[in-house]
Amino acid sequence: MKPRPFDYARPDTVEEAVAILAEHGDEARVLAGGQTLLAMLNLRLVEPAVLVDINRIPELDVIREVDNRIEVGAAVTQNRLLAWPPLAQKLPLLAAALPFVGHFQTRNKGTVCGSIAHADPTSELPLSLALLEGEVVLRSRHGTRVLAATEFQQGMLTTARAGDELITAVRFPVVPGGVAFREVARRHGDFAIVAVAALADGVNGMRIGVAGMAERPAVRRIAGGESSATHDAIERLAWELQGYDDVHASARMRRDLLRRIAPVVMEEARRCAA
Amino acid sequence: MRCVKRGERVRLSLTLNGRKLSGEAEPRMLLSDFLRHVLGATGTHVGCEHGVCGCCTVLVDGAAVRSCLTLAVQAEGKAVTTVESLARPDGTLNPLQQAFQNNHALQCGFCTPGILMSFTDFLQRNPAPSEAEVMEVLSGHLCRCTGYAGIVAAVLEAANNRNQP
Repeated sequence: MKPRPFDYARPDTVEEAVAILAEHGDEARVLAGGQTLLAMLNLRLVEPAVLVDINRIPELDVIREVDNRIEVGAAVTQNRLLAWPPLAQKLPLLAAALPFVGHFQTRNKGTVCGSIAHADPTSELPLSLALLEGEVVLRSRHGTRVLAATEFQQGMLTTARAGDELITAVRFPVVPGGVAFREVARRHGDFAIVAVAALADGVNGMRIGVAGMAERPAVRRIAGGESSATHDAIERLAWELQGYDDVHASARMRRDLLRRIAPVVMEEARRCAA
Repeated sequence: MRCVKRGERVRLSLTLNGRKLSGEAEPRMLLSDFLRHVLGATGTHVGCEHGVCGCCTVLVDGAAVRSCLTLAVQAEGKAVTTVESLARPDGTLNPLQQAFQNNHALQCGFCTPGILMSFTDFLQRNPAPSEAEVMEVLSGHLCRCTGYAGIVAAVLEAANNRNQP
């Protein structure tokens, strides 16, 4: 199908973009890569009055390191971050997870911030941001606010972004330690059924992040190692998050996947740290 | 700032396969429809129109993207490359197309233009891919005839031939 008619605006600066959002609020939609939004427009699942295309705002198309964090601007595509030379050294988790985000062709256009803004519960980038305890930077006419990933993503496809706010960037902390990422999907490039990421940061145990089990990614600290305590912690996590039934998998299958993948990912993160 | 009201038809200029062209479109027109219906470049096919099948893949500034998930107005001023650019004017196939023919990598051919454009971009960036890498890129396309094996063989052959001295 084709989208319903909408007004189109292509601002040259963040100030212009924010001014349009201030005027139209929830009636406006921000167009970054459009790899989800255009499909939703074509299927008429969304019918915005105004589309605000932020792709030609130069200040948003920037990857930079600030205070030991990698800041990725709202117009930076997933393939651009994947091809960023220091990625494997600075953000090895992203180097591992990004190849699972959609396909080569959609990563050429889809943005890092757009995926986080969409807040799909099974999505790799929101999981990575949550595990690394990253932040989302939001701008409106009233100023800038910075939210922790856990404050930003509130539920399934639901975030703390107000209608007049533009996500200008996300920040991934550079954390030393070993990382690992795995997901289970029917085919490569499909939405994950369950995705697990781990960070062995040398502090007491390790951080583990799980997507596809609840309305948003869950991050916990688990003892780690080949112990019954680790086994029990994963078992508790499976029952705590419960999983959910949909056309792809049952809640029970999701819990089983978590039980099987989590120890593997944790072991990989531990070996990666060593 | 570029602003276009709903329903308003504006003239958009872009470079299509090296030629500067322009045509009229309203904001909601997809790039796939602009190429086919306004510019008459019907080599680009439209399958699912929501980004799943990959038939409509074209290059925008050299990068393979879904033209059904791109608005025509977003391509304003950009260089768009479609399947029409691949063969020589006399009809001689380019090496990638020839490899598709050699390996029976198409049957009905509906999905082929998109697949050719994806691998045109991919082989530029990765001239010596592994079979797994080819399959990963191919996972962004749906082909209901071939079973994919011929396509993988064709891409590997094209890469191989290119890397022969």
